[in-house]
Amino acid sequence: MKFLEHAGQYFVLLSKVFAKPEKYILYYRQTIREVEKLGINSFGIVVIISIFVGAVITIQTNYNLENPLLPRYLVGVTVRDSLLLEFSSTMVALILAGKVGSSIASEIGTMRVSEQIDALEIMGVNAASYLILPKIVAAMFFFPILSLLSMFVGIFGGYLTCLLTDILSPSDYIYGIQYIFYPHYIGYSVTKVVFYSFIIVTMSAYQGYYAQGGALEVGRSSTKAVVYSSILVLLANLILTKLILS
Amino acid sequence: MIEVKNLTKKFDDKIVLDDVSVIFEQGKTNLIIGQSGSGKTVLLKSIVGLHSVDQGEIWYGNRQYNALNFKQKKEIRKEIGMLFQGAALFDSSTVEENVMLPLDMFTDLNFSDKLDRVNFCLERVNLTNVNSLYPSELSGGMKKRVAIARAIALNPKFLFCDEPNSGLDPQTGIVIDNLIKNITEEFNITTIVNTHDMNSVMEIGDKVVFIYEGKKIWEGSNNEILSTDCKELNDFVFATNLAKKLRT
Repeated sequence: MKFLEHAGQYFVLLSKVFAKPEKYILYYRQTIREVEKLGINSFGIVVIISIFVGAVITIQTNYNLENPLLPRYLVGVTVRDSLLLEFSSTMVALILAGKVGSSIASEIGTMRVSEQIDALEIMGVNAASYLILPKIVAAMFFFPILSLLSMFVGIFGGYLTCLLTDILSPSDYIYGIQYIFYPHYIGYSVTKVVFYSFIIVTMSAYQGYYAQGGALEVGRSSTKAVVYSSILVLLANLILTKLILS
Repeated sequence: MIEVKNLTKKFDDKIVLDDVSVIFEQGKTNLIIGQSGSGKTVLLKSIVGLHSVDQGEIWYGNRQYNALNFKQKKEIRKEIGMLFQGAALFDSSTVEENVMLPLDMFTDLNFSDKLDRVNFCLERVNLTNVNSLYPSELSGGMKKRVAIARAIALNPKFLFCDEPNSGLDPQTGIVIDNLIKNITEEFNITTIVNTHDMNSVMEIGDKVVFIYEGKKIWEGSNNEILSTDCKELNDFVFATNLAKKLRT
């Protein structure tokens, strides 16, 4: 019953979020701000994690492909496909669910408990739409860019590993990452990220919007936002993979 | 004028407001007083529509607010200004952006006209050169004044203040009280102030409504409050040792 209550409340919130904006120019300005807050400020963490993961996948794959019958360039193929198919979409989404999700839930939750949302409602502003819609648009636009960035940086991390160690020659790696390349893997990955963005922002905003009480409850809503967003991202991953790749 | 008729509000099975009827007059500072937990804030939030009501009617002039649809309520809300207990300024916006938001949202003024209006409202609450400051850089009293400036930006017909003096020293509290009273008279608006501060009652209470355990049990002016024979009100008014000594 509790689940149905939350599901109903979530869709009621979405209906408010997608109501006609009062003034498009204000929403546009808010969206630009959100692109900076949610997207550009996540550049660093995505780059750092991707470069290390690219390097680690290269070392691990090389370790597991020591059979002399297997060509060395397969390491490059594996690194590329791991990054394109799963890491740069789903793993990056989980990282963003932690960073962005908790930030959205705590921001909106704090606004709720400090009556800032009430102040907007009293002014006649559709607070749900004004606060959440720009975040959704910004995330759906910018998270795919972060995902593409993660692909490039991850592959570059693998290349650096080859360059700085003697586990694999850089030329084998370069050959591998170009070998039987399916461009639609990028489309698949980006499509998944668009869905993930929507899930992360709306679920986190929902947790914050209905926060009650004080700082403790805002903290709880922030934790719930990360947990539920992550679970839903993994569920969506399963469904989208089945739909797109089969 | 705002009229409340037979208002009842429950949270689950608990009755928080019980058959409250009262008229808040235009051009006057109407005060709702009572102990913490008596239902003052619920009454105020029910009147502005932040809480739905279980029974009763709320009239803004000749419009029954709680019978209107969402769109019609939104139109009335543009006529409402509200000062929240914690000021409720938007943390990520400057003072100027805070006061300008209602103008951005609901007027077609150009930036220069909006800025003039913002500066007028800020000057009206005795604040200058604070446009670029963030709420975290302001004192409690300044936050309240910015919140009043934001509340009056759209020339409201109705002003609601929830415990405007909470967290302020008595002197700053009186400054805020007088500001509210002056604005009420200057713009001839209907002002409702929720308070348990007796300084406010004596300073600005044109009309005072006493709420006790969810019921309205007394109403009158601030002069009448000292000579009432209502026991609950006397217990509330003369709760402090200072007040008791002054009475004797």
